[in-house]
Amino acid sequence: MSLAYLRGVCRHYRMGNSVVRALDGIDLDIETGEYWAIQGRSGSGKSTLLNLLGCLDRPTAGTYVLDGVDVSALSDDALSHVRSRSIGFIFQSFNLIPQLTVEENIEVPLFYQGVAPPESRRRARELAARVGLTERLHHRPTELSGGQQQRVAIARALVNDPAIVLADEATGNLDSATENEILAVMDQLHGMGKTIILVTHNAALTRHAEKVMVLADGRIESLRTRAEADAAGEEVP
Amino acid sequence: MNLFWILRTIRLGMKNLLLHKLRSVLNMLGILFGVGSVIAMLAIGEGAKWEAQEMVKRLGPTTIILYSQKPVEVDESTTSTSRMVEYGLTFLDMDRIAETLPAVKVVVPVRKVSKEIWMRGVKYEANLFGTIPRYANVTNAQAVEGRWLASLDFEHSRPVCVLTYEMARQLFPIRSALGETVQFGDAVFTVVGVLERRRGGSSKGKSSADEPMGAYTPLSALRERFGDINIRQTPGSTDISRVEVHEAQIKAREIDDVIAVARNIRTMLEKTHEQGDYSVFVPLEELRLAEATARIWTIVLACVAGISLLVGGIGVMNVMLATVTERTREVGIRRALGATQQHILSQFLVESLVLTLAGGILGVAFGYLLPEVVKFFTDVKARTPLYALFLAPGISLLVGLLSGLYPAWKAAGMDPVEALRHE
Ligand SMILES: Nc1ncnc2c1ncn2[C@@H]1O[C@H](COP(=O)(O)OP(=O)(O)O)[C@@H](O)[C@H]1O
Ligand SMILES: [Mg+2]
Repeated sequence: MSLAYLRGVCRHYRMGNSVVRALDGIDLDIETGEYWAIQGRSGSGKSTLLNLLGCLDRPTAGTYVLDGVDVSALSDDALSHVRSRSIGFIFQSFNLIPQLTVEENIEVPLFYQGVAPPESRRRARELAARVGLTERLHHRPTELSGGQQQRVAIARALVNDPAIVLADEATGNLDSATENEILAVMDQLHGMGKTIILVTHNAALTRHAEKVMVLADGRIESLRTRAEADAAGEEVP
Repeated sequence: MNLFWILRTIRLGMKNLLLHKLRSVLNMLGILFGVGSVIAMLAIGEGAKWEAQEMVKRLGPTTIILYSQKPVEVDESTTSTSRMVEYGLTFLDMDRIAETLPAVKVVVPVRKVSKEIWMRGVKYEANLFGTIPRYANVTNAQAVEGRWLASLDFEHSRPVCVLTYEMARQLFPIRSALGETVQFGDAVFTVVGVLERRRGGSSKGKSSADEPMGAYTPLSALRERFGDINIRQTPGSTDISRVEVHEAQIKAREIDDVIAVARNIRTMLEKTHEQGDYSVFVPLEELRLAEATARIWTIVLACVAGISLLVGGIGVMNVMLATVTERTREVGIRRALGATQQHILSQFLVESLVLTLAGGILGVAFGYLLPEVVKFFTDVKARTPLYALFLAPGISLLVGLLSGLYPAWKAAGMDPVEALRHE
């Protein structure tokens, strides 16, 4: 079975007596090591899908099996555990904890795994070095540029060696030069065999992905490989 | 959840409190005052009783002491230089008390004569007390050398005396005092015993037994040699007074009788001594009084403590609720990175505990100083019991737990996705 297996996944929000169908019948198979891009207009359900994939949320209907475990039935604690072991999140607004230093921010996922301080510090430094932040270990997030903050967030997402890295509009708050830097890091991660799911409203950013899925109103509008998408000529890099 | 996790969380909690120093300090104040009041309450409650308890222990709970007192009106006629004043308790009073009050076990009269002693050319001021054999029992007088006065000494009015330890050392620093003679005025007494050193007590309830330069002799011998009239010559005037009994040591049979006996004695003396030339001292009454004072202080401080802790607790809850709301996004981030609900709950609970424990520790210092201030302005005594110092942090932790639980529970129950969307 694939790494992530979704069948008929729905996420409905009840608003008074109307129902918002943020996701409505999603079928997906994501294999280990694939690089996916999920594209769609604002409000199409991208973040909702990413949160489900990242076990932050549960589907209201349908099945989601991650790495052989049916997570649609797991308890809150079990979901936390899955997030802690298998998921790396990267957010649009970086979401670093302001009162912690760069090093401490990177250590947070290890903290919840119960890794002892010397080991977690060692790993945090290793990751910081990988994203080129060795000089900034003891700085606060507010003392860093947007690109540096996002690199801290990437280091943090990778520190627990997750099976899937989920990036929600990861470059949305960055200038194009920094955006390319971050995308290069993603390519690098993909080269190292990580499964990557990149959410973006910008079709131009999907060019790095192997598979491009377009969402519209909570449904899959199209799902193509890179080659198919290029052939269709839907976007020009 | 292991030790390093807890240490990290405590460090994080302190970091967050330092981020909002003023807010944290203001909220600590309630806890500080509350804990301080608890300690002060225990210290004053303990201290107010302590002195009286020690006195009762020293004098015995069944003791009642009567003193003769020079009445004020008599003192007014200072124009005449040598007028005899007659006042005080009488032997008749002694007999009446002993005979009419069955709850009285023993009445021991004491007569005092103040005389100068010349020893090897040095003058000493000394008091010679005439009393009866049972005096030793009621005042716990123990001879360390020689013996106490014997019945035969009384029957034959023998000129013998027993010295206090201090007096024996003064008069006979090297030799033993036993068998030596001491001349009080014109009369010579032979030393037959030396009492053990008395441990100093409070200023209240002092009697003939606490006189350092004192000697004890049979009442009969004293009366025979000095009569019932005391003459005191000071330059320019001569004080002549007639006092039969200067002091009476009375023992009730049972502790339960003491208060009633004291009341009866007062009633009896009021009738026969209209000029009020006596006073009655009841250690047990002093203790009851001290206990009442201690109770009032305890109630007042318990109220202050309760209100402070309540207000402090509400303040802490308020701050924690604000903190949780402010840091909703942080909760979302932590949840996304693998924190369980329990992790979030403990994080905020630890923060609340750190806040109140800090207040509690400062409160210990405050609670230690508060009784000192009370002592300075009132005559209330205070003794901080050791357990109070451990109780105080315990109380502050309890308040932290109670007021931190709801905010922490609220944070733990947040939906991770909602929390992440929070601005
Ligand atoms: N908590 C919620 N309650 C109600 N509706 C929601 C909630 N979260 C998301 N939605 C709705 O679900 C749809 C998809 O949202 P989202 O996944 O955030 O879109 P995207 O990330 O693609 O912009 C939107 O219409 C949004 O309004
Ligand atoms: Mg979105």
